[in-house]
Amino acid sequence: MPEIRVTPLGAGQDVGRSCILVSIAGKNVMLDCGMHMGFNDDRRFPDFSYITQNGRLTDFLDCVIISHFHLDHCGALPYFSEMVGYDGPIYMTHPTQAICPILLEDYRKIAVDKKGEANFFTSQMIKDCMKKVVAVHLHQTVQVDDELEIKAYYAGHVLGAAMFQIKVGSESVVYTGDYNMTPDRHLGAAWVDKCRPSLLISESTYATTIRDSKRCRERDFLKKVHETVERGGKVLIPVFALGRAQELCILLETFWERMNLKVPIYFSTGLTEKANHYYKLFITWTNQKIRKTFVQRNMFEFKHIKAFDRAFADNPGPMVVFATPGMLHAGQSLQIFRKWAGNEKNMVIMPGYCVQGTVGHKILSGQRKLEMEGRQVLEVKMQVEYMSFSAHADAKGIMQLVGQAEPDSVLLVHGEAKKMEFLRQKIEQEFRVSCYMPANGETVTLPTSPSIPVGISLGLLKREMAQGLLPEAKKLRLLHGTLIMKDSSFRLVSSEQALKELGLAEHQLRFTCRVHLQDTRKEQEMALRVYSHLKSTLQGHCVQHLPDGSVTVESILIQAAAHSEDPGTKVLLVSWTYQDEELGSFLTALLKKGLPQTPS
Amino acid sequence: MVPGKTTLPMMPLGRGARRKNSQLPRRSRRQPAETGRRFLDLRSGEVDIKHPKVRHETVLPVRAPNLTMQYPQVQINHHYARLWTGHDFYPQFPSFATCSKELKECSGHVFVDSVPEFCLPETELIDLSTVDVILISNYHCMMALPYITEHTGFTGTVYATEPTVQIGRLLMEELVNFIERVPKAQSASLWKNKDIQRLLPSPLKDAVEVSTWRRCYTMQEVNSALSKIQLVGYSQKIELFGAVQVTPLSSGYALGSSNWIIQSHYEKVSYVSGSSLLTTHPQPMDQTSLKNSDVLVLTGLTQIPTANPDGMVGEFCSNLALTVRNGGNVLVPCYPSGVIYDLLECLYQYIDSAGLSSIPFYFISPVANSSLEFSQIFAEWLCHNKQSKVYLPEPPFPHAELIQTNKLKHYPSIHGDFSNDFRQPCVVFTGHPSLRFGDVVHFMELWGKSSLNTVIFTEPDFSYLEALAPYQPLAMKCIYCPIDTRLNFIQVSKLLKEVQPLHVVCPEQYTQPPPAQSHRMDLMIDCQPPPMSYRRAEVLALPFKRRYEKIEIMPEPPPRPAQPTSGKKRKRVSDDVPDCQVLKPLLSGSIPVEQFVQTLEKHGFSDIKVEDTAKGHIVLLQEAETLIQIEEDSTHIICDNDEMLRVRLRDLVLKFLQKF
Repeated sequence: MPEIRVTPLGAGQDVGRSCILVSIAGKNVMLDCGMHMGFNDDRRFPDFSYITQNGRLTDFLDCVIISHFHLDHCGALPYFSEMVGYDGPIYMTHPTQAICPILLEDYRKIAVDKKGEANFFTSQMIKDCMKKVVAVHLHQTVQVDDELEIKAYYAGHVLGAAMFQIKVGSESVVYTGDYNMTPDRHLGAAWVDKCRPSLLISESTYATTIRDSKRCRERDFLKKVHETVERGGKVLIPVFALGRAQELCILLETFWERMNLKVPIYFSTGLTEKANHYYKLFITWTNQKIRKTFVQRNMFEFKHIKAFDRAFADNPGPMVVFATPGMLHAGQSLQIFRKWAGNEKNMVIMPGYCVQGTVGHKILSGQRKLEMEGRQVLEVKMQVEYMSFSAHADAKGIMQLVGQAEPDSVLLVHGEAKKMEFLRQKIEQEFRVSCYMPANGETVTLPTSPSIPVGISLGLLKREMAQGLLPEAKKLRLLHGTLIMKDSSFRLVSSEQALKELGLAEHQLRFTCRVHLQDTRKEQEMALRVYSHLKSTLQGHCVQHLPDGSVTVESILIQAAAHSEDPGTKVLLVSWTYQDEELGSFLTALLKKGLPQTPS
Repeated sequence: MVPGKTTLPMMPLGRGARRKNSQLPRRSRRQPAETGRRFLDLRSGEVDIKHPKVRHETVLPVRAPNLTMQYPQVQINHHYARLWTGHDFYPQFPSFATCSKELKECSGHVFVDSVPEFCLPETELIDLSTVDVILISNYHCMMALPYITEHTGFTGTVYATEPTVQIGRLLMEELVNFIERVPKAQSASLWKNKDIQRLLPSPLKDAVEVSTWRRCYTMQEVNSALSKIQLVGYSQKIELFGAVQVTPLSSGYALGSSNWIIQSHYEKVSYVSGSSLLTTHPQPMDQTSLKNSDVLVLTGLTQIPTANPDGMVGEFCSNLALTVRNGGNVLVPCYPSGVIYDLLECLYQYIDSAGLSSIPFYFISPVANSSLEFSQIFAEWLCHNKQSKVYLPEPPFPHAELIQTNKLKHYPSIHGDFSNDFRQPCVVFTGHPSLRFGDVVHFMELWGKSSLNTVIFTEPDFSYLEALAPYQPLAMKCIYCPIDTRLNFIQVSKLLKEVQPLHVVCPEQYTQPPPAQSHRMDLMIDCQPPPMSYRRAEVLALPFKRRYEKIEIMPEPPPRPAQPTSGKKRKRVSDDVPDCQVLKPLLSGSIPVEQFVQTLEKHGFSDIKVEDTAKGHIVLLQEAETLIQIEEDSTHIICDNDEMLRVRLRDLVLKFLQKF
């Protein structure tokens, strides 16, 4: 039985380390190849040994697809391709291909230079890995091989984020990656057509959240920032260089302009300017409004936001600083946080989700005493605020996407088990499709019923139509023909045509049965009685009495003859071909019962 | 899934292709004669840069090779329209008393004085409300779109790539802007009267469909038309009503330019229009996907098959340098997008080495800024080199640097800032390349009288001699460097060899050498079988023989419907009569007698006798009074009415045969 198998190596009932194996119609595809921010040991990367014990990954996997540039979706890629060893194609969109290596390099620097890790991937490995990347356009159908095709859809979330459809024949899987169903200040909303996949694999970060309107959250955010700087406090906003950062910058920039504020806004390190440049060059991936106005005013050229210098952190007076990374797990944002945490006038605003184990997660869950390296304890007096600006779909959005795509079944990843469970029930109830939520390493097997497309010869089709009924979509029809499979093409032709094409002669099989009847009447009379009997019995069949005295039922021939030895017995010769087997057999049985005494 | 027509009619609704230097009477009406003169509304007086005078073109028909294809239920319109030059007539002609106000004389030639008008694709032949889909090949090929979407009852979908739409919008915006700057109340219409037109000399008298020529559309119509376009990406498969699938492919000619594949499950038509195999800024042409076409429709070849674009660019640069070094100005009449990007890139590499770094370059167009900005954001549609620049991240085109270093300046028009910044000698890129409207008119008048200056024609769409005719006598130098990167005939034959379509369909003009060079047998399409050609408004049946339709089969046969036996005590006999429409498999193979007899013995038959006959054998089962005639292609079992026996024998025979 054909089936689709899905095994999450990461992101199964968890956020981080997204990596999902999909087997569909004999093709193996790996979706995302992320790292886990919450771990610094082996667990930070997916367990690739699961894929194949001793074979080469390249032989086993047909392709790897990366949905977007966040490290929890692509952070393990150089390790996977260069250290474990994979030489097959890696697909991602153009912006992802542009930005991904920069974030990987950034990640490598923190891991190796700052934390001194050995046996990590090198810069050269990142470069070599990126050489294996094939960039895809939105909606382009990429033929991975003769049978496997993939197609990218816009996902919102971050610049270049895409959902992918993986299709083999009539079976398909849509993987959402991370997506956002409401347009924000710089990106558009995710969209997928009614592609009716066999399976939809959706993220579920905000499985139980229905977020209030974006406007409220924005107003809230601005109010909090404004109040803090008014009373002379410093605001730290940990962000990832690309994504939320740009949206919040646009927000603050317009607010500063409107309110005519002079408090400085900084953006940490050089990556930012570069990041903004990417947004300018890939402006076609942003939302309608920005795309429309970019010639007059490019939203990514900020007047109020300046580059941050490490020394600024000790400057007196209020300021707003965007610093990377977003979960306070390393780097500049963590440094600034340590400096400012002790002052209750200050504020840290976490604009996105934080995975378990990160400082961000700890302070958000209410911890106020943090153990830092070297057994130092950091007391957090500054205000901690959480603002959901992560561009993930909320429960409503996820339901909306399921409605858009109309899948046969749904599988949830990239979320917490408890919340998933809730959403799973909701999806099963509302859409009446089965919904799965496997843990890491757990395999979900979905039986599928693939259709088999074949070419039917027009001759055969017309013959079928001549028998009445026009073909109707979605209604099964039984018809007889010969299936010719040649060079992976399937053709259904009439038996005659098949014989002809194959150069074979028809072999005719004929039966003639002698039916003995006790009757003294003459043969002709006998035949006439047979005729009348059959005529009245077989209504709806063509029964004929031929001039030569024989009787035909359809193409079956019946002749009456005298018995060579017994004059009181007559012999009916019933003759038919193999094609009329059923009717012939039926007639002999019928005639054997004898003829009615009085002809009707 | 209804088996459809086996032929696919195709109607060219515009000129398939244009060739210059036409001499044939029939064709000459489609193409402007090189030597023609045209009328311009010449105003005397000095030229003032702040109050430019604008010349009015007589008539500008829109060139529109435009094909309609009809699949069983879908109509697809390949439509494109480009501006092309108007028609001229000679002055030494009987009087035109009735329309003398429309006629003006210039340097001994007479022209029509009118608001510019445009020739549309054929709209009479088909009812455009029955067209389901319009496929746009490139931004030059959509100039007539507002006429169709706004005024014909067309309600279908238009498909185009994003760069095509964005740059197409810029071209239309520029055109509308140019025309609106010089309002003129009246279109000349009297000359179009058949009785008058008939008396006019060729080619004017042969101008087609003059009565359908229309004035320019408005920006409102442009916006409305463009809002009807559905954006598509290369290699995107677009399902149309489940009947056909269309796919745009990179054609290598311009940003976002596409060839189209139109295919059903068993037929494939490629529409190749405006393609280039040269390495310029756009993504290279996708040839592989064109393979296995049943029919390849080929149009939009180069206008100047004898000119090598690379050589022309070289000539362009050297002429430009020469003029500027001598203190003259250079005027480059051009479209606001396309070749200008390549020219700017060449100049970027050239100006320093040629010592031109201090010479200002001006790009004047209402859409100059937009065009330069848009060119930088379509990285995904650019050639590999340019694409990889974006990854750095750097702008893909070096004109960003030219602007940054103030070497290239752009202005919406000659009014305003430009008049303050204007320095000479300089190089000016501006439109319209027909020299009939736009800021170029002003520079022609400003610089035409000095032999120091040079006008360099790069756009291949217009005959430069014709374009210049109304400005004669001219002192300025005229250089003709047409840069047309579209396929030439050598490239076409290379392409066809590579792609190997079963049939090629092309405009008639491509099937014979150009009239002016009738000995050049190499300047025509040469392929086997010879191409099928078409003319405007001709219906062509494409050679398709549809033999298959697609259906889906189930992996297993459905269960037979259960006989409703229960319930009724007595069945009528006829209920049991087998349906004569049940499956009737054919048999094939032959029966080797010896093996057959062995098999019979194995299954317990004894007393078997075999007799030879003329055509085969007779196997006798004496005990059962049964006779089996075996011949090469038939078997006949004759037995008593012993169904058990018959079925046993049948199954044994079937063992030797194959069922179909």
